[in-house]
Amino acid sequence: MSTPDTDAPPRTPIAAPPAGSPAPAPSRRPRRSRSWHRWVSPLALLALWQTGAMLGVIPERLLPSPTTIAATATDLLGDGTLGAAIGVSLRRVVAGFAIGAGAGVGLALLAGLSRWGENLVDPPLQMLRTLPIFGLIPLFILWFGIGETPKVTLIALAVAIPLYVNTLAGVQGVDARFGELAAVLRLPRAGVIGHVVVPGALPGLLVGLRLGLGSAWLALIVAEQINADAGLGFMINSAREFLRTDIVVLGLLVYSLLGLLTDAFVRLLERRALAWRHGLAPA
Amino acid sequence: MAPRTGPGLTRPPVPPVGTPPPDAARLRAVGRSFAGRAVLDAVDLDIGAGEFVALLGRSGSGKSTLLRVLAGLDQDFDGEVTVPGPTMVAFQDPRLLPWKRVWANVALGLGSARPREDALAALAEVRLAERADAWPLTLSGGEAQRVSLARALVREPGLLLLDEPFGALDALTRITMHDLVLRLWRRHRPGVLLVTHDVDEALLLADRVLVLADGRIAHDVAVDLDRPRPREDGRLAALRSRLLTELGATRTGQP
Repeated sequence: MSTPDTDAPPRTPIAAPPAGSPAPAPSRRPRRSRSWHRWVSPLALLALWQTGAMLGVIPERLLPSPTTIAATATDLLGDGTLGAAIGVSLRRVVAGFAIGAGAGVGLALLAGLSRWGENLVDPPLQMLRTLPIFGLIPLFILWFGIGETPKVTLIALAVAIPLYVNTLAGVQGVDARFGELAAVLRLPRAGVIGHVVVPGALPGLLVGLRLGLGSAWLALIVAEQINADAGLGFMINSAREFLRTDIVVLGLLVYSLLGLLTDAFVRLLERRALAWRHGLAPA
Repeated sequence: MAPRTGPGLTRPPVPPVGTPPPDAARLRAVGRSFAGRAVLDAVDLDIGAGEFVALLGRSGSGKSTLLRVLAGLDQDFDGEVTVPGPTMVAFQDPRLLPWKRVWANVALGLGSARPREDALAALAEVRLAERADAWPLTLSGGEAQRVSLARALVREPGLLLLDEPFGALDALTRITMHDLVLRLWRRHRPGVLLVTHDVDEALLLADRVLVLADGRIAHDVAVDLDRPRPREDGRLAALRSRLLTELGATRTGQP
């Protein structure tokens, strides 16, 4: 039944990994366990916070316990206050982002695709870039009053500038040799822009998009501190007047949650749009 | 395609019906200088329809400038350049757009009704049909260069310009690429100008080998040998030593 070959004793030691060697399959080291590790310290901090609050070490008036905040969130979600506030704030960000992104990308293409465009567009935008945009708030209030316009304008400006700078760098970084290729293939101008310039500038554009979204939320928070009559900022400010620290903390948590969500969205977009970069690693 | 002509020169007359096909390219007194230094000086050159011409020259002899003039990438020349058919280039680097899949690179700007099918057929000719949906960054150097050839040939050029396309490949890949280029050339019969600094490559592939020196075509050597040509053929060896002498690559100690 058994051949001398399979019975041969040296076979087994050769096939088995030498004692004390590392696990044979480093590629199988699971990614999931590592992402689980990343939850340990935040959860420990949360537990510490809760324990501190329950023992009275952290005064409820200064920092309410996580369970209190969760209860407040349930209440405010139930009576619609939180949902309405998020809706108003989201609308501001979406409007400001749409305007700012359109302007930033459009101006970057204009500046990146023609010498004249660059000469006309770039100097004023570089000047604007050095301006601390939150310093413009008093001017915006004088110009636009205290309604939605100054808030949306501030957000649009905060989005447009990082998008412009990074998209322009992306356009200008497109390999000039691809321009020669397009000339040989006799691609029309629209084809050059659509097949060569825009995809080539996409990595830069997406970096600008992430930075732009970050500053959009920042601009929203600043804009909502001034004369808001609705939205998350209004909710936080009124809560401060009534010493409702739980609502203030809840508002801050919602801000950061929304920021995380949009960042995750852009990262998803990045993974899909830049799939060609990860071509070396099979999906 | 309209013939490209230099300043002050007229287009050639339309040939009468029944004449043999026009030359793939025709250059008359073509000159090009950079900052006052003449890189090309009154170059006359005809590439016949379907003729395979190799252009040899030392570095800086103006080989690439001549190719760029023929490709239409350099318009600041003197003299007359007539290229009646479409011109395609296989560059030294394959120059594939990394954000387009292999087949889309081949089909880029292709004005046909079924670009994907045409691209797949061209990829099959270079034996890369199975890589059609791959990203260019996953290809080996030889594969990328084959995609570049497929992209050029799918447009059925009258003139195919090869700018040292095998320079960056390893020796074994280069040999298979030589066979592939010959096979594709026999099937599509474009006029070919192969710019190279490799004398052996020129002698193995071309009907005619030119040597560019001091901005002029210094030598024009016909290679009347059947293909495939064995490298050790005595007549090739004689041509090789002659061309090497003309390129100025004489052994030390000799005049």
